[in-house]
Amino acid sequence: MRRAILLACICTLAALPLLNMLPTDNPLHVSDFIITIVGKWLCYAILALSIDLAWGYAGILSLGHGAFFALGGYAIGMHLMRLIGPRGVYGHPILPDFMVFLGYTELPWFWWGFQSFPFAMAMALAVPGLLAFVVGYLAFRSRITGVYLSILTQALTYALMLAFFRNDMGFGGNNGFTDFKELLGFSLNTSSARMGLFYASLLALVVALALCANIVGSKLGRVLVAVRDGESRARFLGYDTLQHKLFIFVLSAMLAGLAGALYVPQVGIINPGEFSPGNSIEAVVWVAFGGRGTLVGAILGAFSVNALKTWLTSVAPDLWLFVLGAIFVAVTLLLPRGLIGLLEGRRK
Amino acid sequence: MNSLYLDGVTVMFDGFRALNNLSLIIEPGELRAIIGPNGAGKTTMMDVITGKTKPTTGTVKFGNHDLTRMDEPRIAMLGIGRKFQKPTVFDALTVFENLELALKSPRGPLACWRWRLAGTARQKIQATLDEIGLPDRAQDLAGLLSHGQRQWLEIGMLLMQEPELLLVDEPVAGMTDQETEHTAALLKRIAGTRSVVVVEHDLEFVRALGRRVTVLHEGSTLSEGSIDHVQNDPRVIEVYLGR
Repeated sequence: MRRAILLACICTLAALPLLNMLPTDNPLHVSDFIITIVGKWLCYAILALSIDLAWGYAGILSLGHGAFFALGGYAIGMHLMRLIGPRGVYGHPILPDFMVFLGYTELPWFWWGFQSFPFAMAMALAVPGLLAFVVGYLAFRSRITGVYLSILTQALTYALMLAFFRNDMGFGGNNGFTDFKELLGFSLNTSSARMGLFYASLLALVVALALCANIVGSKLGRVLVAVRDGESRARFLGYDTLQHKLFIFVLSAMLAGLAGALYVPQVGIINPGEFSPGNSIEAVVWVAFGGRGTLVGAILGAFSVNALKTWLTSVAPDLWLFVLGAIFVAVTLLLPRGLIGLLEGRRK
Repeated sequence: MNSLYLDGVTVMFDGFRALNNLSLIIEPGELRAIIGPNGAGKTTMMDVITGKTKPTTGTVKFGNHDLTRMDEPRIAMLGIGRKFQKPTVFDALTVFENLELALKSPRGPLACWRWRLAGTARQKIQATLDEIGLPDRAQDLAGLLSHGQRQWLEIGMLLMQEPELLLVDEPVAGMTDQETEHTAALLKRIAGTRSVVVVEHDLEFVRALGRRVTVLHEGSTLSEGSIDHVQNDPRVIEVYLGR
């Protein structure tokens, strides 16, 4: 059942950009708007997947995954800023506009290397991974679990948001980065670049799903379930659960970073608002709504909740947060297994 | 095989002596029952042996290994398995998967990811399924087992780790008479090739085991010997049996 849903979804998604190429008067034509927005959802789906891996299987409920997503976005954003070069408003050959404006005379050391795409992509994975490693190590070693860990991760993303708002951090302050020109030689506002990013995101999603499915289907997946349901019992079985939790938390953060790196070129902007705690909570709601601990459910949740959001924020923008809250309450009370549970019926 | 050796072990909790100068030796292959009223220190003793609690003073040794310097996973890997009072099998996994998790194998995350179930491992799991009497429940979720079956699965999980010493906390609490009998037979069968320490309230069960008994009281040993010996010990009668 899950496999069938999944295959249908991937085929539909892969066909979308092709339908975009049809003439505009064709009834099957898909608008640029749809392509851009579905491209964003693909990135959200990777983020949801990363949350499900940590929460659904290892029981690590992070309310700060948006931070890893944003860090991945900032890493690719730095690359995009470097590529602007002399085309900026101030025309400085190396320094991005905001640095010229703030009176920088040379590039800060942490911007070195970002002119290279492979380096920026590596950083989009490594920085979230490293942060997750440090935070995870300290938290798991002190056996901080459950709601305390959630609060900690929530505080982490909030702290990062405040830090990135500061101009002297060297990341553009509250304006963040925007006005990107090109990526890998493609001008970003062409439809071919949009299509390329769309397919890159779809590919990343499929690969990420395959990776996660491979992990949860292995003995490691069963150890994670054991950690989730009885960590001290797992420890008495000889599993050093710190290692397993750390492994999955770091991997999950790297996936979130990848999602952010694919997201930013598509939306054309990254600013500290991306760290806002609400974003992380919303992403958790996607997973809960779709069905946690199922992987496919997380993807389904990301798409359906965002589709609802897109529609609702255009017809009744004030209602959205109430509806989001209501969804979370309803899912918790009525659909503990989420949409997937509903679709698969009352099995077991 | 190693013997377990506790000497002069004291555990203080906020000034309260949960264990008071406790000394105990379990020989290799021995099956020992430990009884005592609530608060006698039985669970604390288990906690000290498995590394969950560190003693305030005293020596805890398993062969030449100083257990007071080791953490829980290392003690578990050393060959000391513990069955908790409340059965804690993993309900979301099948009986087979529960045993597979417990199987002695590399424990790190990457090793677990790469792990493939080979023929000998499958045979070991099958042998344990037979030993605990659950061969036809292998593919059922552990959450669907009855209370007694969960206890046996948990004992099976301990056996998978090929322990030298098995600590079993109140195995027959809440069991039917038939299940109790089955459990006594199971424990007697598995002792010998490994040491087994059983903490129990149920004196009928301890009698059915028919081995050496240690009575704990207020954190130290009150009496030790056969079940008949301790049941006739006036001090035991006073604090425990003669209520």
